Amino acid sequence: MVTLASYLVLSAVVFALGLYAVVTRRNGVAILMGIELMLNAANINLVAFNKYAAPGAVQGQIFALIVITLAACEAAVGLALVLAAYRSLETIHVDEINLMRW
Amino acid sequence: MTGEVIAFYALAAVILISGLVVVSSPNIVHSAVALVPAFLGITGVYILLGAEFVAGIQVLIYAGAITVLVLFVIMLTEGGTGLRLPQRNEQGPIGASVAVALAVLLIAGVTHTTWGRGAGTLPAYTPGAIGRSFLGANLLAFEGTSIVLLVSLIGAVIIARKEE
Repeated sequence: MVTLASYLVLSAVVFALGLYAVVTRRNGVAILMGIELMLNAANINLVAFNKYAAPGAVQGQIFALIVITLAACEAAVGLALVLAAYRSLETIHVDEINLMRW
Repeated sequence: MTGEVIAFYALAAVILISGLVVVSSPNIVHSAVALVPAFLGITGVYILLGAEFVAGIQVLIYAGAITVLVLFVIMLTEGGTGLRLPQRNEQGPIGASVAVALAVLLIAGVTHTTWGRGAGTLPAYTPGAIGRSFLGANLLAFEGTSIVLLVSLIGAVIIARKEE
């Protein structure tokens, strides 16, 4: 029998991995990958709480589905921003992108 | 050790190992490809939790679409694996200690809390229950999400378009 705490511990570790990628990576695409890992960690939490804390309702799964949809939006807009930054500044390393306007 | 426990630990190992590759590989293409086993492991966790519909959507959107999108953008920008450039900034030790501190804090929090068990059981067929809920009690959230999808799609096209 896997307890709720096991799922929460797994998602905490995945979240920390994503945070590490967001804080230390220079490449904009790698930062977006870290954000995707963090969103997935949150989704594990939502579905786990759905099963253990409120099994009668499906609200946790619905929340997870909406988060997945918004993550897809975020990936599309984020990657479009990376492409636009690369086109005008010719770098996608976020520590070199320090201009608000060209 | 029941089958559920064995499956959980196997899936957790897959997720954590491929997650480590994602955050630490110097080759950006390896990072992007390692996202696929991480997402598929999370799919397995959803199936363990009785959320078959979420698992299917996870495979379609994350393991399929987002990974391919990330690989496309890597190929369009970096022009390769990025091995010639340093992939990490100078905040490595600070970032690692912050991440480890957050993980320790969260793990201590969740293991020292007594979680109550809710009453009831999961519906036998969760996709049906989700569909009824999306077109019933959660209709507003459903429609709002569709508007957000449309807006972000148009926004992405406009942002990524070449300027004349």
